[in-house]
Amino acid sequence: VDIKSMTSYLYWLYCQYELITCSYLMEPWEKVLFYTVNVATLVTLAYAAYLFVPARISGAFCFVLHLLGNQPENTVSIMK
Amino acid sequence: IHHIVQNGGLYKRPFNEAFEETPMLVAVLTYVGYGVLTLFGYLRDFLRQWKIEKCQNATEREEQKDFVPLYQDFENFYNRNLYMRIRDSWNRPICSVPGAKVDVIERVSHDYNWTFTYTGRVIKDVINMGSYNYLGFAQNNGACQEAAAEVLSQYGAGVCSTRQEMGNLDKHEELEKLVARFLGVESAMTYGMGFATNSMNIPALVGKGCLILSDELNHASLVLGARLSGATIRIFKHNNMQSLEKLLKDAIVHGQPRTRRPWKKILILVEGIYSMEGSIVRLPEVIALKKKYKSYLYLDEAHSIGALGPTGRGVVEYFGLNPEDVDVMMGTFTKSFGAAGGYIGGKKELIDYLRTHSHSAVYATSLSPPVVQQIITSMKCIMGEDGSTLGKACVQQLAENTRYFRRRLKEMGFIIYGNEDSPVVPLMLYMPAKIGAFGREMLKRNIGVVVVGFPATPIIESRARFCLSAAHTKEILDTALKEISEVGDLLQLKYSRHRLVPLLDRPFDETTYEETED
Repeated sequence: VDIKSMTSYLYWLYCQYELITCSYLMEPWEKVLFYTVNVATLVTLAYAAYLFVPARISGAFCFVLHLLGNQPENTVSIMK
Repeated sequence: IHHIVQNGGLYKRPFNEAFEETPMLVAVLTYVGYGVLTLFGYLRDFLRQWKIEKCQNATEREEQKDFVPLYQDFENFYNRNLYMRIRDSWNRPICSVPGAKVDVIERVSHDYNWTFTYTGRVIKDVINMGSYNYLGFAQNNGACQEAAAEVLSQYGAGVCSTRQEMGNLDKHEELEKLVARFLGVESAMTYGMGFATNSMNIPALVGKGCLILSDELNHASLVLGARLSGATIRIFKHNNMQSLEKLLKDAIVHGQPRTRRPWKKILILVEGIYSMEGSIVRLPEVIALKKKYKSYLYLDEAHSIGALGPTGRGVVEYFGLNPEDVDVMMGTFTKSFGAAGGYIGGKKELIDYLRTHSHSAVYATSLSPPVVQQIITSMKCIMGEDGSTLGKACVQQLAENTRYFRRRLKEMGFIIYGNEDSPVVPLMLYMPAKIGAFGREMLKRNIGVVVVGFPATPIIESRARFCLSAAHTKEILDTALKEISEVGDLLQLKYSRHRLVPLLDRPFDETTYEETED
């Protein structure tokens, strides 16, 4: 892992993000505001994912097993 | 009557025009960018209205705040919030002759482009990819400059009169005979300003009760002239002959809107090269349609005169057609001849009529004598009458430069619009931040380009427009291409997926596009 090329690649990615969302054109206080809103949205999404996604995945898994539990014996043994 | 040169052979050479489709992801991201900028625009307008931020643009006076608002429409919103952010790419002052290389005065802005100050430095030898200098006649030394200087010392700079009063010099008569000979028409007339040639002469040719069929992407001068004339205007899709034929058929069949009388005149307005798209008009088909439906053709060769054709006579020679088929041939001297002004060429009766009835002849000052001499010298050079082969060499160099530049850019992976042979090369940028970034990065690398956004182009299709010149040598083009490739990688502009949209028409072996044969 080459740290210098990795950092320059990350900087290039940051520049692309700036160009696409037009924060390249904004004044510094506008950039601060925009990035605050973006970071807050991302953090909220990550927190919600951390809280809710494991419970939902295990619930979906149980639902699928329940569906297959009503099948005849031989198909359940193939699944196992 | 021969509509066609030979059955199935309207075109003597391949017509390669391509407009690659916008990639879906790029279009979506462009809208995202404009959305973010619009939100911030509303925020800034709110802050300005509640005096939290200082308002630096024009507003109404305090007493007029309750009147109908002047600055609330979209153009002014766009101007305040989007154009101001990238304004430093336009109106750059130059301080040398705009040849292959130019000197640009450096300026900085400390309040985000609301005001500019000069640093006092001049950026020398910037490669000039933005001037309309197709044949390289924008020079401050050489035969053209010496002849113009001599005429300046003989006639002075000002004419001080209009063409019909005391402004008709023998130089003008000489120029008009030369232009008529150059184009292959009977007679020609010249005017002081290219824009005014269109906007002041179309009202003299058509009036109420006439029909104008104008291309979608015509220049502002043609649109202004058409509107001033008072004729009915109908628009056909850009370079689309089926659309034009449908409009012609409807016009002949239905006549004028309420009274159903036949139209007095039908005039088709097209341009030789469209400067924003780089496309060339399908002239053989237009002429075939014009003859079939008995209408008139007005061809604006502002960008194509001098730049197309084996000897530089324009788009008519490029397709190998007869100049007498085009009723009104208009062009400008600004682009390929390094001067200013415009001309109209055609039959003798038409030009004699225009001499008396054109607004420009009656009210506008005629061309200045040194400018006339520049045009005469450069035109003689192109025709080869000054005894050298410089003109032919310039025309061939331009054609080579065009093909080389376009091929290299397409190989690099940029999306380029337009015809293979047009010296105007639009390179698509799409996103608003990339417009400003491209202009600035290219100037940092000593290359001056013209970037175009809304309202000259559709809002997501912003582009950088390169104008090639015979003055550019291969080394200059190679340097420019290297820098363009570097900036393209830096800004990720290489969108092309090499999937060209096939031109939406059937092969050129019919003059009519109907389902049934006559």
